[in-house]
Amino acid sequence: MRTIEFETIAEAVADAAVDAARVLPDDVLCAITGARDRETLPLAKEILGQLLDNARVARDECMPLCQDCGLAVCFVRIGSGVTVTGAGIAEAINEGVRRGYERGYLRKSVVADPFERVNTGDNTPAIIHFDLVEGDELSIGFMAKGGGCENMSRVALLTPGQGRAGVINFVVEAVRSAGGNPCPPIIVGVGVGGSFEKAAILAKQSLLRRLDEPNPSKGLAALENEILGRVNALGIGPQGLGGDTTALGVHVEVFPCHIASLPVAVNIECHSHRTRRIVL
Amino acid sequence: MTDVHVLTTPLGDEDVARLRAGDRVRISGVVYTARDAAHRRMIDCLDRGEPLPIPVEGQVIYYAGPSPAPPGRVIGSAGPTTSYRMDAYAPRLLELGLRATIGKGARSPEMVQAMMRNQAVYLAAIGGAAALIASSIKECEVLAYPELGPEAVRRLVVEDFPAIVANDIYGGNVYER
Repeated sequence: MRTIEFETIAEAVADAAVDAARVLPDDVLCAITGARDRETLPLAKEILGQLLDNARVARDECMPLCQDCGLAVCFVRIGSGVTVTGAGIAEAINEGVRRGYERGYLRKSVVADPFERVNTGDNTPAIIHFDLVEGDELSIGFMAKGGGCENMSRVALLTPGQGRAGVINFVVEAVRSAGGNPCPPIIVGVGVGGSFEKAAILAKQSLLRRLDEPNPSKGLAALENEILGRVNALGIGPQGLGGDTTALGVHVEVFPCHIASLPVAVNIECHSHRTRRIVL
Repeated sequence: MTDVHVLTTPLGDEDVARLRAGDRVRISGVVYTARDAAHRRMIDCLDRGEPLPIPVEGQVIYYAGPSPAPPGRVIGSAGPTTSYRMDAYAPRLLELGLRATIGKGARSPEMVQAMMRNQAVYLAAIGGAAALIASSIKECEVLAYPELGPEAVRRLVVEDFPAIVANDIYGGNVYER
């Protein structure tokens, strides 16, 4: 049994939000550097260099990597033995987002109603996905997800007959039709199986994985590499202006599904990949 | 060999005539920011016969919603937003003499036609190089729709703002290869 204070969670989320907004993770920096070093097209090489310069400026000057500081999306693993004080974990996370986005001078980009579209003023609410587990752990996978790349994401219910090839084609076509809009180089999260909504959640959750950690399943690692190769062969390149690198990585997560269905979701993420793992 | 052009706003015929898709530009002078919501309001103004909050002729609009300015800074991070969302509105402004828009991503065929018809160019800024771009912005003032927060119309004074000519007046288009 564990009691975790509301304040502890709120402050941890606030710190994560601010840090993620300004400091690109080392695996992403490494991937962009590698892409730049390998790039054969001069303009693409220059653009990738500017993204690295931007990362340096953002870190050194404590400025957001991108003006779109994103919608906060959290994947929470909470043990049944954990009790959270005060107003509970969802409100603690939202309070953390509220504090972080204020003290970090981060852009507030959330509207309360999709039709009325009045800004909530504090970047809440976060989108929170809960996974209830045994034990007394509490961990939060925090992601600040930009709107431009999110808008290029897709879900489809393929037929089982379309199979592996159908999944690959769907993912590649989603990237192709997005072109320069999601700010390539992108990271591609793919969810296969589950249900209409589960596939999408898997795709988003897959983006929490590091770029330098291959999928533990050999078959899925091979699928990720194949999709990455096909995506980069599109030649969309940095900012859609051509080049060898369109995607820095592809992550695939799978789940059991209905005998009649092959759900597949593609969640596109940009190079301002703002993620942090909070373990309390 | 691509050229680097130094442009000072407002822009005239000679300025846009020099530009070819793929050229680099460095812009200095006044640039206005506006995104989806502000464009919708400006089109409503035009439909009602009311004056716009910004001058349009010869001007440049940058599709951007910056993050808040930290203490001691003129502006927060200020990279471009995706331009295609403004394609429904922009042609009306081109007809009034808007000479350049700055954003990211390809424009619709209708917008490309409207730009050629009205002798206007589209410039691409690097999406996500928002902290870097901010350093070229020397002044920033909210001019209209402050209630829109990041989506308010702002008057920026920029110095050597870097961009790439995405669409020139001759049909050149960097997004088509």
